[in-house]
Amino acid sequence: MNRDMPGQCPPHGARPPEPSDNALRETHRVDAGDFSTAGEASASIRRALRRMGINPDVIRRVSIASYEVEINLVIHSFGGTMEMALDGDWLTIISRDTGPGIEDVSLAMTEGWSTATEEVREKGFGAGMGLPNVKRNTDYFDIVSQSGVGTTMRMGFKIQ
Amino acid sequence: MTVTLRELKESLGLTLLTESADMSRAVEAGYCCDLLSWVLARGVSGMAWITVQTHMNAVAVATLLDMSCLILPEDIQPEPDTLARAAEEGVAVFVSRDNAYALCGKMRAMGVPAAAKA
Repeated sequence: MNRDMPGQCPPHGARPPEPSDNALRETHRVDAGDFSTAGEASASIRRALRRMGINPDVIRRVSIASYEVEINLVIHSFGGTMEMALDGDWLTIISRDTGPGIEDVSLAMTEGWSTATEEVREKGFGAGMGLPNVKRNTDYFDIVSQSGVGTTMRMGFKIQ
Repeated sequence: MTVTLRELKESLGLTLLTESADMSRAVEAGYCCDLLSWVLARGVSGMAWITVQTHMNAVAVATLLDMSCLILPEDIQPEPDTLARAAEEGVAVFVSRDNAYALCGKMRAMGVPAAAKA
């Protein structure tokens, strides 16, 4: 547990370079509470990677991580965006939301810990597996959150 | 021996709910679980997934993992939106009178292996 800095936890992996101006980019809006469109951003990212002939194992990891992040935005945030940038050997996905922020990020990263409602759990979500699933499937992951402001997550995937 | 969706349907007496499915697709493994994050973490491509989840997010999970089909046990009927999405994504959705336990046993007897991550 990182009690000194509750709004973040140590990054996982080596941070990929910033995507250049030549990067292929896609940005998706994700609305809070809208389960009917949940998964569309991840599906679009997956289609783009398939079109480019990216390795299926990489696509699988990206699909899992991006879907978990998207579902988190739907369940927990006031809404946000997911930005994908593909540049050279790296795919970067950044999710940003406008709140409410996570009080204790280390706790949120703990397997089995969740603040999801009963209604969300009945849909098969909210088991506290989301963020650990994200981390496990990325080559780089960091999360910064400020209670009352919002959360930003950066995921990096080596595509070669 | 590879089992196709067509063989799975006939052998298990499943009812196909999505018209556009490719019935020659191989069923590479079987899996049964209702927790979507768990399935995302453990599921594999080409597997037949038995679940009681009938909402659209089940189709999203099946699509993201490139599963061969979704099987709803005990005559559970999916929401219409779910079927429309599944048809769009090319995910076969079946319904069965059997419960999940019976379906797993029958699939195993047909030679469909348990899903295991490489």
